[in-house]
Amino acid sequence: MQMHKTIRHDVLLDVRSLETHFYGEESVTRALGGISFQIMKGETVGVVGESGCGKSVTALSILRLLPKLTARTVGGEVRFHGQDLLKLSEQEMRKIRGGKIAMIFQDPMTSLNPVYTVGHQIAEAVQIHTGVSRSSALTKAEEMLRFVRIADPERRVSNYPYEMSGGMRQRVMIAMALACSPEVLIADEPTTALDVTIQAQILRLIVDLKERTGTAVMFITHDLGVVAETCQRVIVMYAGRIIEQASVMDLFARPMHPYTQALMRSVPDRRRGRQSRLPEIPGIVPNLRDPIIGCSFAPRCPFAIDICREKTPVLREIESGHTAACWRSEEIVCA
Amino acid sequence: MAGYVFRRLVSAIAVMAMVGIFVFLLLRLAPGDPAAIIAGQSATEEMIAAIREQLGLNDPMPVQFIRWVRDMLGGDFGTSIFAGRPVLELLSQRLEPTVSLAILTMILAVTVGVSFGVLAAWRAGGFVDRILTAFSALGCSVPVFVIGFFLIYFFAVRTHWLPVQGYVPIGNGIALWFVHLILPTVALGLGFIAFIARVTRASMLEVLSEDYMRTAAAKGASSYAMLFHHALKNAGVPILTVVGISFAYLIGGVVITETVFNIPGIGRLVVDAINNRDYPIIQSVLILTSGLYVLINLTVDLTYMLIDPRIRY
Repeated sequence: MQMHKTIRHDVLLDVRSLETHFYGEESVTRALGGISFQIMKGETVGVVGESGCGKSVTALSILRLLPKLTARTVGGEVRFHGQDLLKLSEQEMRKIRGGKIAMIFQDPMTSLNPVYTVGHQIAEAVQIHTGVSRSSALTKAEEMLRFVRIADPERRVSNYPYEMSGGMRQRVMIAMALACSPEVLIADEPTTALDVTIQAQILRLIVDLKERTGTAVMFITHDLGVVAETCQRVIVMYAGRIIEQASVMDLFARPMHPYTQALMRSVPDRRRGRQSRLPEIPGIVPNLRDPIIGCSFAPRCPFAIDICREKTPVLREIESGHTAACWRSEEIVCA
Repeated sequence: MAGYVFRRLVSAIAVMAMVGIFVFLLLRLAPGDPAAIIAGQSATEEMIAAIREQLGLNDPMPVQFIRWVRDMLGGDFGTSIFAGRPVLELLSQRLEPTVSLAILTMILAVTVGVSFGVLAAWRAGGFVDRILTAFSALGCSVPVFVIGFFLIYFFAVRTHWLPVQGYVPIGNGIALWFVHLILPTVALGLGFIAFIARVTRASMLEVLSEDYMRTAAAKGASSYAMLFHHALKNAGVPILTVVGISFAYLIGGVVITETVFNIPGIGRLVVDAINNRDYPIIQSVLILTSGLYVLINLTVDLTYMLIDPRIRY
């Protein structure tokens, strides 16, 4: 198995039974229903799923960046270097954010502060975590702009965000995130808001910088194509739970959850030709305000039987390194 | 930028010309003979004729207007009918108390109002926020003279902590000057604190939900840096606008405050001038105040550029 570059004991981030709730006027949305996964040192893990399945909430829960008034992580642990991040003081947590674990966001057009230069904003991250002087932080900022391959960094460093294109702003975000050499980079749909040609450039940049820095990447996306290009391992989420986990090769070769299978069929494929209609997944995602009985995918699942509607399937290892939360994985794997 | 300032100055001149015509006509359009109004009820025919001659009221109106404007441009704002001394001299004597009160009030209103608003937005729905809501309802609705008399009663008459009334020039000791200005400043400032705090809160609330605030949090910025560095500058344009408006409104409040606290400032001068129908003083103050408004507006508009780099003229 040459595919597994990492070995088990190099666990960097260990998420255990993470549970996050959102509080509305008179209802509670169980956005994360107790999810567990690990990220190894230097590994790129894709987190895939439809909108609202809890991908972003997972990332925000890890960094404790959820909106304070409406959301709370009510259970679980996020172990990082032997500490539970959920138990740290706000002050200790600030040292982690942007220092050891950095994050980039979906929309580069709104993610940079419009009234400060990009150099200032990168330098700020450097100053917070290294305590160097303002001028050497700005030198570092310029260096980082060169690192993310922005042309003419000497001039760009004193540009305001509005003077840059979307792709360039996302490069600035990446520069800011990598400025303090984090051990984990969480990329929350970093290419979704960009033009297709720019998407490819940014993806290549992330993959490339990851190779050079050895940073582990948690890559959140709804695009399986992106996962195939960038990741070693994939986590598939549905309705606030992880429903399948495997190496990229295994997942694409033998998807074991009906949802993953359906997801793959709904990706456009050139070989299928233009005439055939793109299959979609019938039905809608369950409302997380209501308690879910049985498998959350059962109402949309073509393979659902009685047990699926009565008992919630747990994530279990079906083949080595390949887990799925489905009662019928063994039967449907080759279907 | 230079072109913009030039255009603004041209429009300022136009505004001032309109104000000039209005102020000029104020005296001429008031019912009855201006000279008779000025002279009062017990005046004789000779006195009225003398005043008419002195004010040049026998000349045609356009001639009077041009002469009036020309005199003002030359620094001659006329002579007080009641005091018999040049208006400009009277104004300059009364300038220090008024400027002192205005500047202290603005410092108080901006520092307290902005910090209060920022804190309320930070903990929206929390304790500070609810206090602010109650306080700003009070601050906006209770008139200056009521607050003034309350403050005088509790902090001067009952406790003797602060002087009841009066003004001490800054030349006679800065401590004494300051002590005398505390109550008037607070009385005048409360409404502006409430006003600025409310706008700051609303503007900050909007900014705090922006994506770049999450970015700032994700790079490990402290709450203080998030609020005062990242958010406040973005929330700055509306805040600056209300600060400008407050400054303009301040002039009206100053008149009442000076009367309540017996401060010999321009406000008192104007009140006395209105009682005495001392038109040259009233006209001069109107013209100068309008000029100040125009200047404040221009300054505020130019300051926007310092806050938001996207604003360019």
